[in-house]
Amino acid sequence: MKLGEMKCGSAAKIIRTSGPEALQTRLLEMGFVEGSLVEVLFEAPWGSDPIAVRVRGSLVALRRNEANWIEVES
Amino acid sequence: MSLVALAGNPNCGKTALFNAMTGGRQKVGNYPGVTVERKEGVANLDNRGSIRVLDLPGTYSLSPRTPDEEVTHDVLFGKLAGEEAPQAIVAVADATNLERSLGFVIELTQLKKPIVLALNMMDLAEKRGLKLDLKALERELGMKVIPTVAVDGQGREDLIERSLEMLSQVDRSTFIPHDFSEEAKDVHARFKRVDTILKASIQKQVARSVISEKIDHIVLHPFWGSLVLLVVLALVFQAVFTWSATPTEWIEGGVAWLGTQVGLFLGDGVLKSLVVDGIIAGVGGVVVFLPQIILLFLFVLLLEDSGYMARAAFLMDRVMGSVGLHGRAFIPLLSSFACAIPGVMATRTIENRRDRLTTILVAPLMTCSARLPVYSLLIAAFIPNKSVFLGLGLQGLVLLSLYVFAVVTALAVAYVFKRTLFKGEKPILLLELPTYKIPSWKSVLLGLRERAGLFIKRAGTVILSITVILWFLSSYPKAPVNATQPAIDYSYAGKIGHAIEPLIQPIGFDWRVGIAFIPGFAAREVMVSALATVYAVEGKDEEATAQSLGDTLAKNWSLATGLSLLAWYILAPQCLSTLAVVRRETNSWKWALFMLVYMTALAYLLSFVVYRVTIALGGG
Repeated sequence: MKLGEMKCGSAAKIIRTSGPEALQTRLLEMGFVEGSLVEVLFEAPWGSDPIAVRVRGSLVALRRNEANWIEVES
Repeated sequence: MSLVALAGNPNCGKTALFNAMTGGRQKVGNYPGVTVERKEGVANLDNRGSIRVLDLPGTYSLSPRTPDEEVTHDVLFGKLAGEEAPQAIVAVADATNLERSLGFVIELTQLKKPIVLALNMMDLAEKRGLKLDLKALERELGMKVIPTVAVDGQGREDLIERSLEMLSQVDRSTFIPHDFSEEAKDVHARFKRVDTILKASIQKQVARSVISEKIDHIVLHPFWGSLVLLVVLALVFQAVFTWSATPTEWIEGGVAWLGTQVGLFLGDGVLKSLVVDGIIAGVGGVVVFLPQIILLFLFVLLLEDSGYMARAAFLMDRVMGSVGLHGRAFIPLLSSFACAIPGVMATRTIENRRDRLTTILVAPLMTCSARLPVYSLLIAAFIPNKSVFLGLGLQGLVLLSLYVFAVVTALAVAYVFKRTLFKGEKPILLLELPTYKIPSWKSVLLGLRERAGLFIKRAGTVILSITVILWFLSSYPKAPVNATQPAIDYSYAGKIGHAIEPLIQPIGFDWRVGIAFIPGFAAREVMVSALATVYAVEGKDEEATAQSLGDTLAKNWSLATGLSLLAWYILAPQCLSTLAVVRRETNSWKWALFMLVYMTALAYLLSFVVYRVTIALGGG
């Protein structure tokens, strides 16, 4: 499953983060690394996008499109 | 004096710590060649000595991608030309968020420079239950760890003392951290190392911030969150538009009073004209913006410091993103309805350079309050005061449509710029929503002082000198003794007005309008008094003057000319102060000139169309 497909309120564990190099490093640096837990806490009005995700102790907002580069398992 | 650099993630309280260390004795400038702000200060400890402290931009890593990250990277590696490499580093980490912020600290060890770690917001972390074995953490990292609470100065002395030790030749080597070698360069390995370190040093995990999450359940709620955002926006707008009016009037009154007093003292003559109409009016023209700038930045700083700004950007991402603007662009654009100057200055919160430039370039298209006197004059003169629909007046409708047209144009221009000039990958949204906190008044006041000071120093000098030039152009040469026309006709402005008549004639303006453009360039509302001068209209007060000027224009101009000038004012960059601020904020005249050219071209085009269409419809 992908992070971008997760429902608001659900939690999962990151398996792999891929994507274009610049984006991938960015995501990794924000803490979206293999093994970290993620929890989708909020979504913006109008199309439920972007989402706000708790990862490695902080709350990070990103668009579902980019979140789809992050593979998770619940 | 030796230099230490503060480095850390955004939102870790690094700037608050910098303020605590230096006590507000700071120099703010720009790094050579870029628009990234450079902050340096001096920290001293009684009898022990002083150090210079550099507050680096907050970043999540050392890989240089944004201008901020590039500066941090280049300064730390000593690669930025004209910038000295710091001799030692104070790494700053958010104690409530060690899992993420220690990753950057590990990355910093590859510099092989003396380093200490400031664990900031320690009070909040302990309140949320963190139990940390500091000795174990120091052992694992191989660096001294100092718990700090930047907002009330806790840990300040300890930090300065350790920094002094780091810089002394004797102790220097003891501050070189563990060699994590290859680990430091790979992000996966870094976080793995962080997990190991935390396992060894944390006795009790920090709990999630219940309060912050509770607030977010309202603030980020699809319905309530939108409502909160609307209220915040309305409040900001109200402050910049309405609350600033009274102090602005005081300043205007004060400047006018000063002008009169000095005028009486100097007696009629060249000197009086220079001092009163040139210098005092010029200084007044700078100071008059301060209430709006201070009020807007009070809100911007409070919203940033409290953590709400990032939430607002999150909520607005969809809307602003549809024209290619960043979610954070809405505060600058909203405040530009009052005045583009604080608006342009507020674009600093947008990190991406292309997004920021686009926002700066379209901000002056928003209908600022200085256009209102011109709009009122022309609408009263050329739009019949009749009710069209359900008591809605035609004049009001025209005014509303001017506003709507300006917004639509600004969004369209932003859309075009993002697809041409600032083409490139759509910037990604990856935004930390920091834990809410109560803003520190000290930081906010320091920030306000800094903004106001920068405006006066940088933009103020340009505004003042151009005002004096415009005064000169409008006053010299003097009218001959037997002059039949208003004095301004004989001046350089008069000559320029006549000279540009062929250029502006196709859009319905004659040389009189051309003349009024010159002093009117000082600020849009000056156009009204400039036109009054050219048409030699005088009334007993401002209102009476505008009234009789309106009558005069209605008699002298065709409907087409009136509408054309109205159209001109929607788009034309008739404001040198804005251009001066754009120059200051983009660090080059290039973008200011580009703005001047593109806005003038658009205005000319619109005026041309309006003029010709009105004539074709019989309004000539």
